[in-house]
Amino acid sequence: MSTLLLIEQVLNGLQFGVMLFLMAAGLTLIFGVMGLINLAHGSLYMIGAFAAAAVAGATGSFVLALIASLAAAAAAGAIIELVVIRRLYDRDHLDQVLATFALILIFSEGTRWVFGSFPLFLDIPDALAGPVMLPGGIQYPAYRLLIIAIGLLVAFGLFQLIARTRIGIQIRAGESDREMIAALGVDISKLYTLVFALGAALAGLAGALVGAIQSVQVGMGEPVLILAFVVIVIGGIGSIKGALVGALLVGLTDTLGGVLLPGFFGTFMEASAATAVGSSLASMSIYILMAGVLLFKPTGLYGSA
Amino acid sequence: MTEPLLQIKSLNKSFGALKATDDVSLTLYPREIHALIGPNGAGKSTLIKQVAGGLQPNSGEIWFDGRDVTGLSTVARARSGLGRTFQISSLAMEYTVLQNAVLGALGHSGAVWRFFNPVMGNAPLRDAAIAALERVGLVEHAAKRTADLSHGQRRLLEVAVALTLQPRVFLMDEPMAGLGASGSKRLTEFLDGLRTEAPILLVEHDMDAVFALADRISVLVYGKIIATGTAEEIRSDPAVREAYLGEEDAA
Amino acid sequence: MSRATLLNAALFLMLPVTALAALVLDEPFIITLATKVAILALAGVGLNIALGLGGLVSLGHAAFFGIGGYAMGILAHHAQTFTPLMEAPFLLEGTKSMPVIWVVAVIAGALAALAIGALSLRTSGVYFIMITLAFGQMLYYFAISWPAYGGEDGLSIYVRNGFPGLNTLDPIQFFVLCFVILALVLFCAGRLAAAPFGLALSAARQNAERVETVGLSPYRLRLLAFVISGAVTALAGALFADLNRFVSPTMLSWHMSGEIMIFVILGGVGRLFGPVAGAALFILLEHVLGGLSDFWHVYLGLLLLLVVLFARGGMIGLAAGREVAHD
Repeated sequence: MSTLLLIEQVLNGLQFGVMLFLMAAGLTLIFGVMGLINLAHGSLYMIGAFAAAAVAGATGSFVLALIASLAAAAAAGAIIELVVIRRLYDRDHLDQVLATFALILIFSEGTRWVFGSFPLFLDIPDALAGPVMLPGGIQYPAYRLLIIAIGLLVAFGLFQLIARTRIGIQIRAGESDREMIAALGVDISKLYTLVFALGAALAGLAGALVGAIQSVQVGMGEPVLILAFVVIVIGGIGSIKGALVGALLVGLTDTLGGVLLPGFFGTFMEASAATAVGSSLASMSIYILMAGVLLFKPTGLYGSA
Repeated sequence: MTEPLLQIKSLNKSFGALKATDDVSLTLYPREIHALIGPNGAGKSTLIKQVAGGLQPNSGEIWFDGRDVTGLSTVARARSGLGRTFQISSLAMEYTVLQNAVLGALGHSGAVWRFFNPVMGNAPLRDAAIAALERVGLVEHAAKRTADLSHGQRRLLEVAVALTLQPRVFLMDEPMAGLGASGSKRLTEFLDGLRTEAPILLVEHDMDAVFALADRISVLVYGKIIATGTAEEIRSDPAVREAYLGEEDAA
Repeated sequence: MSRATLLNAALFLMLPVTALAALVLDEPFIITLATKVAILALAGVGLNIALGLGGLVSLGHAAFFGIGGYAMGILAHHAQTFTPLMEAPFLLEGTKSMPVIWVVAVIAGALAALAIGALSLRTSGVYFIMITLAFGQMLYYFAISWPAYGGEDGLSIYVRNGFPGLNTLDPIQFFVLCFVILALVLFCAGRLAAAPFGLALSAARQNAERVETVGLSPYRLRLLAFVISGAVTALAGALFADLNRFVSPTMLSWHMSGEIMIFVILGGVGRLFGPVAGAALFILLEHVLGGLSDFWHVYLGLLLLLVVLFARGGMIGLAAGREVAHD
């Protein structure tokens, strides 16, 4: 394999990882602050993508579409937090799993009801449709570079938010002690709605950004949700840093595994068998990575014991 | 002199800057009650946890019956004969009182890998459980749900479950709490007789009980043992009076 | 008899009564539906051993359900194409015999549960949920990407596998077979819950510290419960695949895990007969609501949400009032 192709695949892995980070960051914040496992996070991703596709279809503006994805997902997040999720904070994880699974059923079928079963398409804006020339003679799609840039920017913004701002202090305090933060006079229920909506907005943004590369369809959020869980298990629950490291690890492993493993097996197996074994193993590689982390650090790379 | 059954050697445990256990050494001999007293936050429960196995010390050793058990799990220590009661009752709350006691008897018998015959119909386990409940005076509540017991009754059930384990050593963390005056007096008499079965390392706030029961008393302040001795020696120890008992005398 | 016991008996008898009535009315489709309920209930009974007794919220039980399905599919596939499973180091042929398939499914399910459980039980709470979900998904993707057994398209079996002395193609006979298995497993699960192992396992759910203090290892108790649970669910998977004469990665998907959990929850978690009630209600809803609207999952979702938020004992809990479970 040529170096150029390898670098391109590394960039693809980064782009995938950065998207996973947008999903995992919200999930891990929601878990860390509220102690809630939210299976419906994938639905928020889907809502973001559908909102973007609908607005882009109506206005033709990609920027408006992105804004719509953020707004729609944040609004959906705030609404389900107010109506359903806040009844679940004091419940056990089983109830949280079931109620949020119920939300998936409702959102998925509801979306199918409104938009139909056929996928929608969200076009990449013309300005970003072509490739860019990177140093070293690598051609890489401009849009994917933009995704990497946006993802890293969001990661930087989140770290700043949590380290520097008043809300960040409240989030960190809420993670360690709910009663203390209530005693400090912070309106805890407002904080929870805010954190949930923030997580939802990030998921919606991810959905819209990815929706332009793939198609926008019902159920698109679920594979990503499960990968985001793998990211959190690897990174450690509640840790934004863990989410970032875990997401990049998973993104790179998944992308490079799919490219390299069939070739690797091809060096000592016949071609068709090598493709079969290689691609099967590649489909399992991130889970094997997760199992490996679990063996040595059951609470994840950056999780507290 | 006989060998100590339980021996704690220079145990240390810190949480960040806080030294919860500061070079603690302590022995428990057969047939004795060794009481551990000290003001709140002195590190008594932290020490019991390290002995029972829920918490690993930073350094030091715990020897039980001539064997270093510092590296053993809670389960292994329980199996080797450490019978513990908790400061905050730790029971299966959905179960009846009898089921909790049967669970103890089951743990002691080790015959848990049985999948077909009802455990509550197992006569030896049931008898052992009822005998233990009788000894602490809970047998008339045997069919009650544990969640419906008063706090004092839960403490007694903790003791009963520990009895079903037929341990070589008892570790009791404030068994008197919540019992009321007459309940405390009854349990005091009971523990007095129990020491011949197995020695007791007793953490207790009820000073009447401690001075009535303890062969030896150790005083823990800020994670450090400042004195060990008989009740008389402890009463007259100036350091203890200043650090701890002084407050009570004044009250 | 308590109300719950009566209710359980009624629920349980409802299945054969429905099947017999359908036989008299010559409605084979209803018999097939009753068979489906019995098989899905069996999967729920399997999950309930881990979830209800052990408190292990596994969102990956489709893995075992699908493994059972593929055990059936792979063995029958080799039998019907007359190709051996493997030739070296020894010859292994496929089979169309249900009892052999069941044994293979149960062993495969148990082994998979042992491997997945040994890793995921090192953690607890949310980690456990996410990890079981992830391992289930791993098998799902593996089944899709492994071309030998149909990949995404799955495997079809021309003729239902056989059971000595029965004509399994006759709907009522296959129903009776499945129902008897369900009854046997329910009986064993009930004994298990009341046995020493069940007492200790359920205590570990309520208070792990207490179980450790009496010298029992919660990890080992849970691992065995997970293995038994996986084996039972795999048996259900083998029957389910035989019912449809088809197995595909869908059986391994996490929606399947969610649905098995819904059977348990709709009926009432930790109740022996809960999965029977839950599976029956689920299939009923699927056919009543599914007939009214293509989007019946919306109503299912709303119902599930209401049960979780407002009726935590499930249907049996609502009908039987506040009685202690595990009767």
